[in-house]
Amino acid sequence: MPPDLLIPTLPTSRRTQQEETKMNQHSMTIRGKERYKSGVMEYKKMGYWEPDYVPKDTDIIALFRVTPQDGVDPIEAAAAVAGESSTATWTVVWTDRLTAAEKYRAKCYRVDPVPNSPGQYFAYIAYDLDLFENGSIANLSASIIGNVFGFKPLKALRLEDMRLPVAYVKTFQGPATGIVVERERMDKFGRPLLGATVKPKLGLSGRNYGRVVYEALKGGLDFTKDDENINSQPFMHWRERFLYCMEAVNKAQAASGEIKGTYLNVTAGTMEDMYERAEFAKELGSVIIMIDLVIGYTAIQSMAKWARRNDMILHLHRAGHSTYTRQRSHGVSFRVIAKWMRLAGVDHIHAGTVVGKLEGDPATTRGYYDICREDYNPVRLEHGVFFDQNWASLNRMMPVASGGIHAGQMHQLLDHLGEDVILQFGGGTIGHPMGIQAGATANRVALEAMILARNEGRDYLREGPEILAKAAETCTPLKSALEVWKNVTFNYESTDMPDYVPTPSVAM
Amino acid sequence: MRVTQGCFSFLPDLTDEQISRQVQYCLEKGWAVNIEFTDDPHPRNSFWEMWGLPMFDLRDAAGVMMELDQCRKVYGNSYIRLSAFDNSHGWESVRLSFIVNRPKDEPGFRLERHEMAGRNIRYTTKSYAVDRPEGGRYG
Repeated sequence: MPPDLLIPTLPTSRRTQQEETKMNQHSMTIRGKERYKSGVMEYKKMGYWEPDYVPKDTDIIALFRVTPQDGVDPIEAAAAVAGESSTATWTVVWTDRLTAAEKYRAKCYRVDPVPNSPGQYFAYIAYDLDLFENGSIANLSASIIGNVFGFKPLKALRLEDMRLPVAYVKTFQGPATGIVVERERMDKFGRPLLGATVKPKLGLSGRNYGRVVYEALKGGLDFTKDDENINSQPFMHWRERFLYCMEAVNKAQAASGEIKGTYLNVTAGTMEDMYERAEFAKELGSVIIMIDLVIGYTAIQSMAKWARRNDMILHLHRAGHSTYTRQRSHGVSFRVIAKWMRLAGVDHIHAGTVVGKLEGDPATTRGYYDICREDYNPVRLEHGVFFDQNWASLNRMMPVASGGIHAGQMHQLLDHLGEDVILQFGGGTIGHPMGIQAGATANRVALEAMILARNEGRDYLREGPEILAKAAETCTPLKSALEVWKNVTFNYESTDMPDYVPTPSVAM
Repeated sequence: MRVTQGCFSFLPDLTDEQISRQVQYCLEKGWAVNIEFTDDPHPRNSFWEMWGLPMFDLRDAAGVMMELDQCRKVYGNSYIRLSAFDNSHGWESVRLSFIVNRPKDEPGFRLERHEMAGRNIRYTTKSYAVDRPEGGRYG
């Protein structure tokens, strides 16, 4: 028996005998003439609950966490979600009979109580591929999350995961560049890339801003980054920023002999403005541009196509996602957003640090990273991954770890996040007591020392502090970084964790 | 200056023993190690000269170290790097690359600025070394 075999923890809930029976009910679908009699009919009788349905390889499957209002039958609630996210409305309509309605109805085929969460249910819903437009996240999301989240019979609803069939994956461009080509273009192999977000976020003039970029890149970082809300404000027009940043990038490149980049944020009020900014970034020779998640799915897909046409790496800052990803009972899980963004075609996506200042428990974060980077994701309930997902050679997306991390955590970061990741030390670079260059050097030396040790087969996680201390003997900036941030950790309880935990299995 | 391309350029130069351990790591991953050299380390110079073919089917790092010795004898005052190539599906690219030899003096690069329309500047990075013809650089 595989060691990681999972036995879902048994629900300790208030589940009643009655509920238990309902879980196992067969189809209640009313067929023929009776089905179309005018009036209101329960969703589970209209064909949206089909426990015998076996999803087709080409179906899109969505897993929802459903919290019905008190007294609402969970099967009916799940069927309602299936109905309202596909063909149904609140009453029977005869015009269904002009269509191949049975094909177009989403079918809830499985409802499980959520382990250790009384009143919550996982509903598996299958959607026929013909319900969706090729290559459109806007259409996919409008269908799946467009209508159901405010539905009155539900207290809360969360889209936990989706299985995207190969037939649908293949209609998307995918990441404009991908990890492999990004590494080839940047000429950087075998280690995480290093970045930093320019701080302070707001108020620097273009010239001062470029200074920070130059110092950080010259000191040893591969990338610097605009923050999500750096667009074009009174203190710094976007053209000023782009011009000074590219002076900094080129100067640092010549000083080090390495390819460097700075994520120029082209986020703006209109597509026309974004294209204008992206064109200017290209004209100046930037290798990378950046957008914010808040520009919307269609704008993201447009920029991904632009990036592919113009040999540009596309960085996505997930600005705003926590408004709907963070709470466990309601919203959309970030693993779904990550899947959509891989389809949409961004190259970089912020996906959590585990150890830093922002939300993210290790197992859930691992699930996000796998979704970004692997060609095939097997079910891993302990990481919150509910479906096998075949990416069909769609490019890999580089996850970015940013927010409250520093050189002293290098061994933990490498252990949690692996090698194909961008580690962004903003404060951890710019806040260095000896200056920005020293901060960058400290991070780079810590990283290289850790990779060297890992490749030599050392137990780098356990020996991490020792490895760093040794590297600091010949690197004063690292020594000073370790001293300044030695006790900084962010240990808070996560608001979102997997519902399944690995249970040691009996040897067979 | 010090060219900081490759995975370990910010550390003190690796000893042969350290290099050998990195090579062994690559071989155990099933990657083929390749020795390359150049006298033009321009950051966009992707194709360094190959010292023979990538060493496929090798088990022991000693084989690479012997070749590296030979390469150093001929190109000891050039840049030499080791690259490990992974042919597995979906990668089919370099997985680790690091410099193992440098010229005694690294002259670095000149940044040329051409002022264009508006405030736009067109930048060109030039290796000082290429002021001399190939083969005659670094004395």
